[in-house]
Amino acid sequence: MTVQSEVLKPPRTEVGLLGWLKKNLFSTWYNILLTFLSIAFIYVVLRAILTWVLRDARWEVVTTNFQVFMIGRYPIKELWRVLVSLGIVVLLAVLTWIFRKAEGPVRRWLVIGWLLSLPLIGILLRGFSRESTFLPQVSEDVWSGLMLTLILAVVGIVASFPLGVVLALGRRSELPVIKVLCTVYIEMIRGVPLISVLFMSQLMLPLFLPPELRLSTVMRALTGMTLFSAAYTAENVRGGLASIPRGQYEAARAVGLNEVLVMILIVLPQALRAVIPAIVGQFISLFKDTTLVAIVGLLDLLGIAKSVVGQQEFIGLHKEVYAFAAVIFFIFCYILSYASRRLEQALGVGER
Amino acid sequence: MQNENEKQNTAEDIIVCRDVHKWFGDFHVLRGVDATIKKGEVVVVCGPSGGGKSTFIRTINRLEEHQRGDIIVDGIELTTDLRNIHAIQREIGMVFQQFNLFPHLKVIDNVTLAPIWVRRWSKDKAVQVAMELLERVGIPEQADKYPGQLSGGQQQRVAIARALAMQPKIMLFDEPTSALDPEMIKEVLDVMVELALSGMTMIVVTHEMGFAKQVANRIMFFADGNIVEENATDEFFVNPREPRTRLFLSQILTH
Repeated sequence: MTVQSEVLKPPRTEVGLLGWLKKNLFSTWYNILLTFLSIAFIYVVLRAILTWVLRDARWEVVTTNFQVFMIGRYPIKELWRVLVSLGIVVLLAVLTWIFRKAEGPVRRWLVIGWLLSLPLIGILLRGFSRESTFLPQVSEDVWSGLMLTLILAVVGIVASFPLGVVLALGRRSELPVIKVLCTVYIEMIRGVPLISVLFMSQLMLPLFLPPELRLSTVMRALTGMTLFSAAYTAENVRGGLASIPRGQYEAARAVGLNEVLVMILIVLPQALRAVIPAIVGQFISLFKDTTLVAIVGLLDLLGIAKSVVGQQEFIGLHKEVYAFAAVIFFIFCYILSYASRRLEQALGVGER
Repeated sequence: MQNENEKQNTAEDIIVCRDVHKWFGDFHVLRGVDATIKKGEVVVVCGPSGGGKSTFIRTINRLEEHQRGDIIVDGIELTTDLRNIHAIQREIGMVFQQFNLFPHLKVIDNVTLAPIWVRRWSKDKAVQVAMELLERVGIPEQADKYPGQLSGGQQQRVAIARALAMQPKIMLFDEPTSALDPEMIKEVLDVMVELALSGMTMIVVTHEMGFAKQVANRIMFFADGNIVEENATDEFFVNPREPRTRLFLSQILTH
């Protein structure tokens, strides 16, 4: 005979809203004190912020200059090109969201779509020659505002990632020449601030390149940021590579895979997954570091903000302008870190 | 058993090792190992730990490089030539103590990976063969799971299927049951027994003497970097010649 224990409901004070309040906010006398102090603090801060945002702030500086913030000095006549580019990105993002669970060919097409979108947008924004009637050239030198910030960040991230992986593999190479070259490169870049890399890329790149190939300031800044970011990516990836147990290499070789396939099929997928958080963190800081291009004369979102602050009719409205810029930066950085968390979850299936 | 032994005496040698030496730094792990394994033979390698038995079978598929002597597998000599090494690695399947499944791939993809990328099979063919093998090791229903979701015994059976998918002529087992909980050892040994009876050439490093008695044609006793004693299974257990062998057997067979 089995004993049937009665199933009881938990005491009322332990569950529900009351239970939660009691357990988390009013459990002891100092917790009660802390709770009230925090409430008072939040009230004071929120009140000040909300009063300013809703009553005192003069947001017309932002609304009037909205277009300037977004595309800066990009010619208004060609605005549609920016909008089409934006449309392409939004379309791809929506498709990716819809087919996030799909496998096989759909996925492949999405990847191809994303890869093609970059050069396509590049051509669209830059256009062909100055004389052509279809898509006349818009020189990179007038790219500015949020548009420039995003271009710098996206191209910097996309270009530095493969370069960083190659550098990381090179640093672990058994060939001494490659190993030393990669190590020296990584350590040199990491030992220098981004500002000096940006200056160097402005001044030195023209010396290395043939005279016919004259890069614009934007291109040179992009090159500098890519080279800089790649060194950090390489160190992150190296950490991931080091975390792969020897048994994985051995098992992969034992089933007959050659060295290249062992890397591509077994080691890199695991190593990169392990370092997604670190790499996204680095990309977030790269995104914010794009503001440094101001020192080589480019007008990114923050540069535009500075020039807006200087406008006659809006004198003294620093707070509004910089708050707006901060919110924009926050939105994009948060999207990045949210995407990283989702990616980790999606890839985390079946992890040991 | 008698018949099978006779049949194998006429079979060709599939692995020949002559005077194989290997050092880890100053430590002399393999000290001139001579061994010949015939096609279809099941050889159990046993001995105290640190005696070089794992290192020995790992030199056969070049997970460790031997520094002196010759190893010839299925007529191909193991040299520094990468083509030879890859050719030999394709002929040999290996099962590890720690399973070493690829944790980022589903079970079915673990098994089909090498056939698709190395043997260049179509995906359909690879999947079909993989499912037959998973059937054979008794876990077809786990095909779409990840290795981390399986028990140790199931993982090891997937590892056996993965090795068999390349249709190797030889299978190496490096202590395949040592990392398993006791109740899972049998399910793995059952698969290995079935494989042995099917005529696969196998070299098995193990302390499972029951398995050895059941299917091994020969036992090699390894200690201090060399084969101390080598004999047909029955002889080995009934009449061990060397004192070291007797000591070892008394230690592992008392309970």
